Amino acid sequence: MTAWKSGAPLEVLTLGLQGEVFALEAAQVREILDLIPVTGVPNSQPFVGGLINVRGKVVPLADLRLKFGMDLQPPTIDTRIVVTEVMIDGDPVIVGIRADKVYEITQVAASALEETPRIGMRWRPEYIRCIAKRGAEFIVVLDLERIFSRGDARDDAAGQTQRSAA
Amino acid sequence: MSTLDPAAVFRQEAQELLEQLEQALLDLEHAPDDDDLINSAFRALHTVKGSGAMFGFDAVAAFTHHVETAFDLVRKGKVAPSRALIAVGLAAKDHMRRLIEAPDLAEAADGDAILQSLKQIVGGPSASAAASTAAAETTPENAPEAASPEGTSTWRIRFRLARDAMAMGTNPLLLLDELRGLGVATVVARTEGVPALEEMAATECHLAWDVVLTTSQPRTAIEEVFMFVIDDMELSIDALGMAGEGRRIGEILVDRGDVAQQAVDAAVAAQMPLGTLLVKSGEVSPDTLAAALAEQQHVRTGLGAGASPSALPGSGQGGTKGTAKGADSIRVPAERLDELMDRVGELVIVQSRLSQVAASSNDVEVKAIAEEIERLAHELRDTTMGVRTVPIGSLFGRFRRLVHDLANELGKRIELVTVGEETELDKTVIERLNDPLIHLIRNAIDHGLEAPEGRAAAGKPAAGRITLTACHAGAEVMVSISDDGRGLDRARIQSRAEDQGLVPPGAKLSDAELFQLIFEPGFSTAKEVTSLSGRGVGMDVVKRAIEGLRGKIDIASTPGEGTRLTLRLPLTLAIIDGLLVRVGTGRYALPLSAVEECVELSAEEDARSRGRSFLNIRGDLVPFLRLRELFQVTEPPDRYQKAVIVSFGGRRVGLVVDQVIGNHQTVIKSLSKLHADVETFAGATILGDGAVALILDIANLVKLGMAYENRFKAAS
Repeated sequence: MTAWKSGAPLEVLTLGLQGEVFALEAAQVREILDLIPVTGVPNSQPFVGGLINVRGKVVPLADLRLKFGMDLQPPTIDTRIVVTEVMIDGDPVIVGIRADKVYEITQVAASALEETPRIGMRWRPEYIRCIAKRGAEFIVVLDLERIFSRGDARDDAAGQTQRSAA
Repeated sequence: MSTLDPAAVFRQEAQELLEQLEQALLDLEHAPDDDDLINSAFRALHTVKGSGAMFGFDAVAAFTHHVETAFDLVRKGKVAPSRALIAVGLAAKDHMRRLIEAPDLAEAADGDAILQSLKQIVGGPSASAAASTAAAETTPENAPEAASPEGTSTWRIRFRLARDAMAMGTNPLLLLDELRGLGVATVVARTEGVPALEEMAATECHLAWDVVLTTSQPRTAIEEVFMFVIDDMELSIDALGMAGEGRRIGEILVDRGDVAQQAVDAAVAAQMPLGTLLVKSGEVSPDTLAAALAEQQHVRTGLGAGASPSALPGSGQGGTKGTAKGADSIRVPAERLDELMDRVGELVIVQSRLSQVAASSNDVEVKAIAEEIERLAHELRDTTMGVRTVPIGSLFGRFRRLVHDLANELGKRIELVTVGEETELDKTVIERLNDPLIHLIRNAIDHGLEAPEGRAAAGKPAAGRITLTACHAGAEVMVSISDDGRGLDRARIQSRAEDQGLVPPGAKLSDAELFQLIFEPGFSTAKEVTSLSGRGVGMDVVKRAIEGLRGKIDIASTPGEGTRLTLRLPLTLAIIDGLLVRVGTGRYALPLSAVEECVELSAEEDARSRGRSFLNIRGDLVPFLRLRELFQVTEPPDRYQKAVIVSFGGRRVGLVVDQVIGNHQTVIKSLSKLHADVETFAGATILGDGAVALILDIANLVKLGMAYENRFKAAS
């Protein structure tokens, strides 16, 4: 079903959120922008509380830090917007993702990819595609489709309680 | 365009033609003597047959041929267009549609039954003619003596179009091209009818043409060229015998009836070149002579070159017709227009950015260019929107059949009156209006109009009247459906609403509020469910569909006199004139069409109105909403806040903002799924400086404000 299970290496974009390193599948990434003016959407979920103008298109901006219950730090010179195309409930949707830092695009060999462990994770396992091992460190490859799917597009108070329970 | 499937093109064309046929048939019901209608029906049939055969829809062509034959008899006045014939004609049209769209599902037996009844109506002799095969195009008029050994014949065609022909959309050049397409043609224009310059009306057609045509096609093919204009024109088609070879000019002139035999004889006696002489003596005009000489030349060379039928172009008549049409209009897939609209939208955004930059610049030249581009961009926007608009008549037309059928089904007599068919509306809007309007018309017929006895008792004419009206009102189009039936039953709606818990018992509601209740899901006051309506599904769907088009529905009803539903729709879905306002640091656009006025909310008034949010607008109390509170803005408010008074569904509401920035060409971009739950906004737009601004959804905002205010009241 997935590329990494078929034995092909997985190409990912690594980015930093609150000092942690995450990765997105490179195939989903369309472009990376410097931080541009964001228009707030009142009364929306804070997790997708903004809109940006990506070359004439109005694109929602998501802040994954709210999804993972992280503290919000003001933007720095390294803050970037990763524009991705994600299938949401069957339709492709362009979504911008705010990243504290974008590192690189890299290939991870299939042998270095592991299933998400059910326990011992800081993050909700449903949001994680797989874990990539790189040297001594582990990179969490996010499952954007799951993160944005309608049923789950809430802010994650529930996720935190589950985590503390686990 | 080469990727277009010709069969699909035919289907599309046939659909339009069948609609034309249906219109003509329905009109004939009321005006059986109208030749134009009969001709219109006949032409539609004829074209369906021709193109059907060309695109390989043989079953359609064969079936249509029989129907066409019957209508040809009507056209020639041999059969009267009776009601029975019209009914069969409509059935035949439906069958043709089935044959075209789902040939596998069309029952041959149905077609035979239709043809059978058609036969009975038009009578015996024609029926046997109808039984001949579709392909047989030859007719007795194809005079045998005109046929040359090679199978070609030469015709003299003289025609003069009606004066207003060009104003009616006829292009003589296309007619001539079509004639040329049939074979070898020599065309001479005759200018003797052209008046002196000062008397000439430039839009009128003063010319006449003489055409000598050598063709393998029968006479009917030539007549078909003129089919669409034949009613008002002078046309003569004569066969030229092969004796024409080597004829003298005098003989030709006499034969053409241009000059009397005596004049020729006199001229011959004078021993001068005959033509010159006749012109000199004023017997013939130079043009007439030129035409006759051309004929002489044509016959000589035509035979000398041995024009063989295979060398003659245009043996497929359908093909030449296709090109003739192509010049008038082109079919463009709707997606391309959408793409064009998108590009124009982006251009408008960039243009407003340019204007902003230019406004802050001191360079006069840049300002001038920016202004020029602004003008061009707006013109381009209007033109593009114009391309996308179509008259609503095309939609209204479809309902006539619906009304006709429903009237028969329910045993009511119904007259459908349409007003303002020429009103133009975005094509997408028109398409999406179809289903809601069908529903509303059904409702009006089923619930609104009384049964014939009821109408007689109320002293109304036996035929119920449904009126469809369309007109422009500012940036909106109003489409209304009104009936002269019994009107809405206030008491019943109220009691039903109370039963369903939609309103508290005994609530006092205005007409507008009460009538809006019929749009609640599951609401129906019909005592029994009929096949047409009464299930309570529908009105809410109608409302949602109209709101999806950013439109509104108003209802007005007078007991005993009728009901009128008015749909108010935006002209286009893509670009609106907006008013840009600022709330805190955020900028928002709202549709200018909803804005009535802007008033200042002074600090004192602001303080005084806390707790009871009403503004005094020239004596009327207008509730207002503080957008700052709705949007949870934390920055301190401006000293002089403004209230923008918007009207929604006949109710006025003030929206308090920090600043009114001004007009803005708002290109509407829809919000993604991730913001589907945010009801306050109808979409977003991009401002001149590249920032995104949200577009306020007036309808939902008012609802939200009411809920907020109710909570506020409950808490205090």
